[in-house]
Amino acid sequence: MSASTLTIKDLHVSIEGKEILKGVNLEVKGGEIHAIMGPNGTGKSTLSAAIMGHPKYEVTSGSISFDGEDVLDMEVDERARVGLFLAMQYPSEISGVTNAEFLRSAINARREEGDEISLMKFIRQMDKQMEFLEMSEDMSQRYLNEGFSGGEKKRNEILQLMMIQPKIAILDEIDSGLDIDALKVVSKGINEMRGEDFGCLIITHYQRLLNYITPDFVHVMMQGRVVKSGGPELAARLESEGYDWIKQELGIEDETVGQEA
Amino acid sequence: MTTVTKLSVEKEYINTYSQQNNEPAWLTEKRNQAFDGLDAIPMPKPDKTKIDKWNFTNFSSHVVKSEAYASFEELPEAVKPLINLEENNNLYIQRNNTPAFFSLSEELKAQGVIFTDLFTAAREHSDLVEKYFMKSGVKADEHRLAALHAALVNGGAFLYVPKNVEVKQPIQAIFIQDNPDTTLFNHVLIVAEDNSHVTYVENYISTVESNQGVANIITEVIANANAHVAFGAVDTLSAGFTTYVNRRGVAGRDARIEWALGLMNDGHTISDNTTYLMGDGSFGDTKSVVVGRGEQKQNFTTQIIHHGLRSEGYILKHGVVKDNSTIIFNGIGKIEHGASKANAEQESRVLILSEKARGDANPILLIDEDDVTAGHAASVGRVDPLQLYYLMSRGITKQDAERLVITGFLAPVVNQLPVEGVKKQLAEVIERKVR
Repeated sequence: MSASTLTIKDLHVSIEGKEILKGVNLEVKGGEIHAIMGPNGTGKSTLSAAIMGHPKYEVTSGSISFDGEDVLDMEVDERARVGLFLAMQYPSEISGVTNAEFLRSAINARREEGDEISLMKFIRQMDKQMEFLEMSEDMSQRYLNEGFSGGEKKRNEILQLMMIQPKIAILDEIDSGLDIDALKVVSKGINEMRGEDFGCLIITHYQRLLNYITPDFVHVMMQGRVVKSGGPELAARLESEGYDWIKQELGIEDETVGQEA
Repeated sequence: MTTVTKLSVEKEYINTYSQQNNEPAWLTEKRNQAFDGLDAIPMPKPDKTKIDKWNFTNFSSHVVKSEAYASFEELPEAVKPLINLEENNNLYIQRNNTPAFFSLSEELKAQGVIFTDLFTAAREHSDLVEKYFMKSGVKADEHRLAALHAALVNGGAFLYVPKNVEVKQPIQAIFIQDNPDTTLFNHVLIVAEDNSHVTYVENYISTVESNQGVANIITEVIANANAHVAFGAVDTLSAGFTTYVNRRGVAGRDARIEWALGLMNDGHTISDNTTYLMGDGSFGDTKSVVVGRGEQKQNFTTQIIHHGLRSEGYILKHGVVKDNSTIIFNGIGKIEHGASKANAEQESRVLILSEKARGDANPILLIDEDDVTAGHAASVGRVDPLQLYYLMSRGITKQDAERLVITGFLAPVVNQLPVEGVKKQLAEVIERKVR
């Protein structure tokens, strides 16, 4: 396996006719951890949804490519199989489908027919990762996200990340609604994934998560664009000073795109 | 008076049949009474489905004679996986209209449990059968299909669990149709006496297509005080059958009846599943899953009628409909005057998989008492695109994602069935039908 590259060029995205992203440029490579920060309503979650192919978001111009391949030409499942992963802010609940059954389907979707993962091997892997993420054993037989607490859902997203081992993962507000213990566990999972072949785009509006996961690059989104990029020191400054200095520097009055993210 | 019911048999035939069966006089009399009343009693009127052109009366032969199965090996291949004789040897198999295989553990026999075909029971335990057969459950004069059933009953089973007996292993019945001319007027009667506990599961299974078959099936479950009956069923009658199936429960004081019904017939079907919560503190839970495909028209009415104080009733119905098929769900929670502190809850959902398929979910609450709680949820719609998006974002193809959502949607009954082989069979039938 080698490092992959996700390239986003001048991306414009609308939802129900309203433009949310107004020209996003970004490149994430294997081995790099990027954080996208910004206040609510600036387009951060829209970016993640557009990369994965959420049915309600329409890309009106610009491009997304993965190792040179046009991502916008791919169905959602194809995007996942080339190596993209999105840990969702609000994962769907699917009644009647156990967590284990779902994850096995996800893993087998990447394997040839006749070369499916053996049940024993799968259970071993899943048990191991669940233990690492301090998840209770019954989580494997519970229905996918049904009745999960906020924290359980987030852990479950990280469990999927660790089982599926994507090349580039986008984590959309993986830290929201987590208490400090859960935040530590989730961070532990992400850090475990760190490596030359794994790239990650962390979307957050709290600096808190970045105390546990040190990013290589930090970007600030406002008004549907990346307005500032820097290293980990940028996150530290945002933590102590907030966003107002950036708004002043760039002459921005209302940082939102008029839409709750 | 003109004859509105054109039947394939005459009264004389019914008397001869009853005689040949060595039936007790009360049963012959019951048949005659029902037959005489046929024209005066109206057809049932399932809400939102017109059945006046459906064929419930014209069949090629009332009884098909079949060989019994001498051993397990002779059973049809489709039936063998339903049975695990090592785990469960309380079994009745009926082949068309012929009792074809019996097995009941010595332990249960010693405890006084009766499990046999309906006519053997009527001969050997006449008083017991007479006491309950079409008395407090389904009455022969309710409507014309019930009367027709009483007049023509041609098979079925009787299960009796005496007071304080807890039957640990499930009791299993399998009704096989392997002749195109089979007509099913099948009656299952389950009586659970005070403080008893039993789990019963039945299959209606076709191994051949039916030649304009008529199925008029009635099941009565009588749970006396503090008894607990868990009832499972998987119906897979072939497309040629027009089916009327009525599963009725009567729960006494503190009794529980739990239904898990996989209603997977391939032909036109009218299903009525009603539970009377007669006793104080009685409990009824009914889960049904259905699939409609092809040109099938199906109507499923589920009712729980509360008479007892603090009685609790729960209805869950999930249906998937595709091709040109129609399914109607009528869910009725009825709380009678005096049933205070009763709770009636229901959920009916239909997933529509194709443009021409139709589905309807009608939740109805009829409440004649002030101090009660009740609730309902109903929906008719397509597979949620956000669920598909979520599954596909993990690499699962759209087709597999849909399959997961649909089978998950129909899982509540699969999970509740007591026999592993039957559970697996329902899961497979669902997979095959929704594909």
